[in-house]
Amino acid sequence: MWKKIWTKLFTWFDERLGLNDLYKATLDRPEPRGNWWNTLGSASLFLFVMQGLTGIFLTVYYTPSPDHAYDSIQYIMTGVQFGWLIRGIHHWGASLMVMVVFIHMLRVFATASYKYPRELTWLIGVGLLLLTLGMGFTGYLLPWNQKAYWATTVGTAIAGSVPWAGEFILKALRGGTDLNALTLSRFFSAHIWILPLLLTGLIGVHIFLIIKHGESAFPDKED
Amino acid sequence: MAGSHHISRRDFIKLATVTVGGVIGAAVGIPGIIYLVDPAMEAGGKDAWIPLGPLENFEIGKPTLVTFVRTQVNGWEKTSNSYGVFVIRKSEEEALVLSNRCTHLSCRVNWNEEKQAYICPCHDATFSPEGEVLGGPPPRPLDRYEGESLKIEEGVLSIHFTEG
Repeated sequence: MWKKIWTKLFTWFDERLGLNDLYKATLDRPEPRGNWWNTLGSASLFLFVMQGLTGIFLTVYYTPSPDHAYDSIQYIMTGVQFGWLIRGIHHWGASLMVMVVFIHMLRVFATASYKYPRELTWLIGVGLLLLTLGMGFTGYLLPWNQKAYWATTVGTAIAGSVPWAGEFILKALRGGTDLNALTLSRFFSAHIWILPLLLTGLIGVHIFLIIKHGESAFPDKED
Repeated sequence: MAGSHHISRRDFIKLATVTVGGVIGAAVGIPGIIYLVDPAMEAGGKDAWIPLGPLENFEIGKPTLVTFVRTQVNGWEKTSNSYGVFVIRKSEEEALVLSNRCTHLSCRVNWNEEKQAYICPCHDATFSPEGEVLGGPPPRPLDRYEGESLKIEEGVLSIHFTEG
């Protein structure tokens, strides 16, 4: 009887939402012969979702102000149960995500999957790589410890070496001439709002294009 | 395969995926929930004896507000909270102490000399000088400090106060 109710309920939703079509298009689409290198995109997506979830959890305790940032992270690590786990996943997941995204790019390059009709998928992928690095750069400052402070001093100084516009870029990034409370809060805003929203949007287009074109087959001797 | 196993390769993969996914999900999900509700599991409500001053300083029969500050470490920060009680000196040796926290929704009540009542500014609750409910929404009288939670030593009035 429960099965019957469940089937009826599912059919009701399916007729209105097209769940089966959605399932077929996203998870049941035809693939070329299985290859582990082709799973790196899904791995990147998984890491993005995981970083998103652990990041949301961290904002429950983290406070983006020079007075509180360091202490709030100390509290997450020692005062909150499983805080070390949530932050640990976010910390190591960040490095892992940069690596996986980069290897994903190398694979696409090596198998020449960026060619017609997938040029836009590649270009958006370049944007996703840059945004991922941006997430790494902005997130690095948030602990507000010595390493974070000086890494951001150096990183923003590099951006400041641009001819003509350098000083403007430097001050725009730092929110002033030196690192200060504005630097921390704008990096935090970029890290939790601006960059993730851009990433989410571009990931959507990226995945749409993959579903539309299907996976590229590996080139063989004839290619 | 040979009819002995009734589970297909595809179903096995599905089952394995759900099982492994479930175990990983629980291994991270349950700690995640504990992480979120952690402050609720801290032991709260510290108690202490708070001296309110020499009894002789209080006028007999007139409710007098006494405030004191308690500090508490929440997370990584020390927070100071202000509390208040009304002292009503009954005689040379006796006193009644009432919390100024309204029993409705915790606003702080004020003593109104004209109406001879405590009045809550939030929802117009009124309490008698002894703390009994005269009108408005409160479910019970003002909290009292008496008996075990009140002492007068060497003329100094103290209450046994518990936070929260």
